[in-house]
Amino acid sequence: MHLMYFTEQPMSAYPKEQGDRYGYTALLFPNKFFDAAEGSRLYNERLEEYKLVEEVGYDGIMLNEHHTAPFCMQAKINICAAILGAITKKVKIVLLGNPLPIADNPVRLAEELAMIDMISKGRLVSGFVRGGGVESLQANANPAFNRERFEEAHDLIVKTWTTPGPWRWEGNHYQLRVVNPWALPLQKPHPRIWIPGVSSRETIVWSAQHRYPYIALNLPIEESKNVWKIYDQVAKESGYEAGPSERGYLIRCHVAETEEKAIRNAREFMWMQGEFTGLTHPVWAAPSGYLGPWARRAMAELRAGYTHVRGANASLEKQMQNLTLIAGTPKTVIEKLRIIMEETRPSILALYGNDGKINHEDSKTCIRLTGQEVLPALREIGKQLGLESPFDLNTPVSLAYSGVQAKQSEATAAAN
Amino acid sequence: MSFTESFVDVVGGKVQLLKGGSGSPIVVFHHDIGNPGWLPYYMELAENHTVYVPSHPGFGKSERPEWARNVRDIACIYQRLLKDLGLNTTAVVGLGFGGWIAAEMATMCHHEFSHMVLVNAMGIQPTKGEIIDQFLISTLDYVRAGFADQGKFAELYKERPDVDQLVQWEINREMSTRIAWKPYMFNQAMPHLIKAVTVPTLVVWGRHNRVVPLSCGERYQQAMPKAKLEVIEGNHYLEVEKHHELAVLTKSFLGGK
Repeated sequence: MHLMYFTEQPMSAYPKEQGDRYGYTALLFPNKFFDAAEGSRLYNERLEEYKLVEEVGYDGIMLNEHHTAPFCMQAKINICAAILGAITKKVKIVLLGNPLPIADNPVRLAEELAMIDMISKGRLVSGFVRGGGVESLQANANPAFNRERFEEAHDLIVKTWTTPGPWRWEGNHYQLRVVNPWALPLQKPHPRIWIPGVSSRETIVWSAQHRYPYIALNLPIEESKNVWKIYDQVAKESGYEAGPSERGYLIRCHVAETEEKAIRNAREFMWMQGEFTGLTHPVWAAPSGYLGPWARRAMAELRAGYTHVRGANASLEKQMQNLTLIAGTPKTVIEKLRIIMEETRPSILALYGNDGKINHEDSKTCIRLTGQEVLPALREIGKQLGLESPFDLNTPVSLAYSGVQAKQSEATAAAN
Repeated sequence: MSFTESFVDVVGGKVQLLKGGSGSPIVVFHHDIGNPGWLPYYMELAENHTVYVPSHPGFGKSERPEWARNVRDIACIYQRLLKDLGLNTTAVVGLGFGGWIAAEMATMCHHEFSHMVLVNAMGIQPTKGEIIDQFLISTLDYVRAGFADQGKFAELYKERPDVDQLVQWEINREMSTRIAWKPYMFNQAMPHLIKAVTVPTLVVWGRHNRVVPLSCGERYQQAMPKAKLEVIEGNHYLEVEKHHELAVLTKSFLGGK
C-alpha cells in the first residue's frame, strides 16, 4: 500500500456569507475577501501538519493546485513541493497535479519538477492534470485545445527528462528553439507520473494507454468499479494486465477521538461543496470545447439551466452512507475503508483528512490518530488483499519504459 | 420569398450556403451565434439583389476546419469561396462577428468588394467599454444580451429555446473559442490594416449595443478613408429587431433602390 495525506489547503478564513451573496466562490468572486494575514497563518499551519504527517508514518503527501478560488490556496504546487522536499525526509511528494494546458512553457515545468526531485532526493511523483475550466479561464488558456495541450506538454516534459539536449521542439501548441535544461530529475528514467481524475473516460483511457496509475477522486464504489473496468480493458488492449498497482483512490476521511466530534468536523467538508465535489458555475466548470462532442448536449442543457448536476448538494448523511465521506474514530473508519479496499482494490490510497474551518489542533489530531491507528490496520488489510503499490513492486514508470527498471530507490540511496 | 440551401466544397471542407433573390450580389456574414435562418432582412435585400448567406466554417452545418486558429483563416477560406462562386465584385454585409470577417477580407484583397456594410462589427479593440465576453456567461445570456426587446428573442428562438438550438449554439461557440479566444474578438493589427481599405463602407451601429461598444464603430469609421457611420436606435441584432431600417440603409447605400 501507498498511503498519502491530502488537504485542499482551503483559504477557509474568507467570509462565507459573501460567497452565499455572490452565489459562486471562484473566478469572479472578488479577492478583496482574501486576508493575507490569515493566509500566512494557514500556509504555516499546513507546513507544520505536513511534518507531522511524515512523523506519524504516512508514505506520501499529495498536493493539488487551483486558482482564483478560496477552496484551494495552492496557486503553484511546485512551491509547496520544493519546501516539502527540504523539510521532510522520507515521504513521497505526490503532485496531483500540475495543470499542463495552462503552462505556456512546459520545459520550465520540467525544470521545476527536476529541482524538486533533486532537492527531495528522488521523492517526487509528478502527476499531471488538465486543470478545471476555471484554470483555463483565469490563465486565458484556450479550453478548446485543453486536451491537445495536455498531451503535447506531457510528451515534451517526458522527452525533456529523458532525451539529452540540445534539441528543438516544433509542436502544434508549443514551439521551443532550444530544449537543453541544466536541471534534470534524479529518478531514472524519470519520476513516476500518476494521473488523478473523476470519471472522464478520455483521461482514464489515456492513463491506461501509458500505464500511469489513475487516482480516482472520491467516487462512489460503483463508479470506481466502472473506472477500473475501462482501465483494465484498455490495459489489456495495450498488452499488459492492470492491477492494484495501477489503481489509486482519494477519499475524504476525517478521524477524531469521538464519533460526535468527527462528524461535527466532517461537516466542514460541505463548505466548499459547491466548488469541488458538486455544483460549480456551469459555464466556468467546463467552458465550450473543454470536453469532447460527447458532452455537448448535456453541457448545453446544464449551462442553460435546463438540468442540474446529479448528486450535487447531497447531504453529509447521504455521502457518509454511500461511503464517499468517512468520519469517525479510528475503529469505525477502518471498517469503512476496508469495504472500499475490498470492493475497488486500490494500492494507492489518499486520505483527505481536513478541510474548511477544521482547526489546526483538530487537524493534527486527525493526522496523529490516522497515522497511529488507521494506517497500520490499512497496511494489514492491504497485505491480506494483495494490494501492492508501484513502489512495493518497483513497476516500470510507464508502458514506454516497460523493460526499464525504475531507479528511484538507487537514486535516493546515491543521493543520501 | 424562397431561398435555396446548398453545400460548397471550399479549402477542404463543406460550407453551407443559403441563396435567394436576384440582382447584383450581396454576401452576408452572420454573427458568432450562427445564422438563424432566412431572415426578413435577407428577404428585403433579396428584392433587389442575389443574397448569399454562407455559414462560417465550423458554424451551423458547415464543416469545422480543425486546423483553423484565427479569424483570418476563416477570411482566407471565404476569399476562395467568393472566387468559386464567381463573385469577382460583390457587396458584403458583416453582422457582428461576421463584420470582423468581412473587415479581415477587405484588408487582404482590396479590389473585391464594391461596398461593405459593417453592422455592429467586432474585430477592432474598443477604445471605450469592452466587447461582452461570452465565455464568462451562458450562451442563453449572451444571446439575450444582444436583444433590446426580449419578446423578439422569443419570437425567433422561443421563450425556452429547444435543446437542438442550444446544441447548435454550443457548436458555434466552440468554433468561436477555437479562433477568437485571445485576444477576445479583435485583431490588434486591424486599426493599422483597415486604414488602407478604400472600399466604400457603411458602418451601422445600435446606439444601445450591449455586445460591441459604439467605440468600435467609431474606430472603424475614423480609420477608413471612405467610411460613414450611421447610429440607429437598437442593440446588437439590428438585422432582427430593426430589419426594415437596416435593409433600407443597406439598399440605399448600395444604390439598389
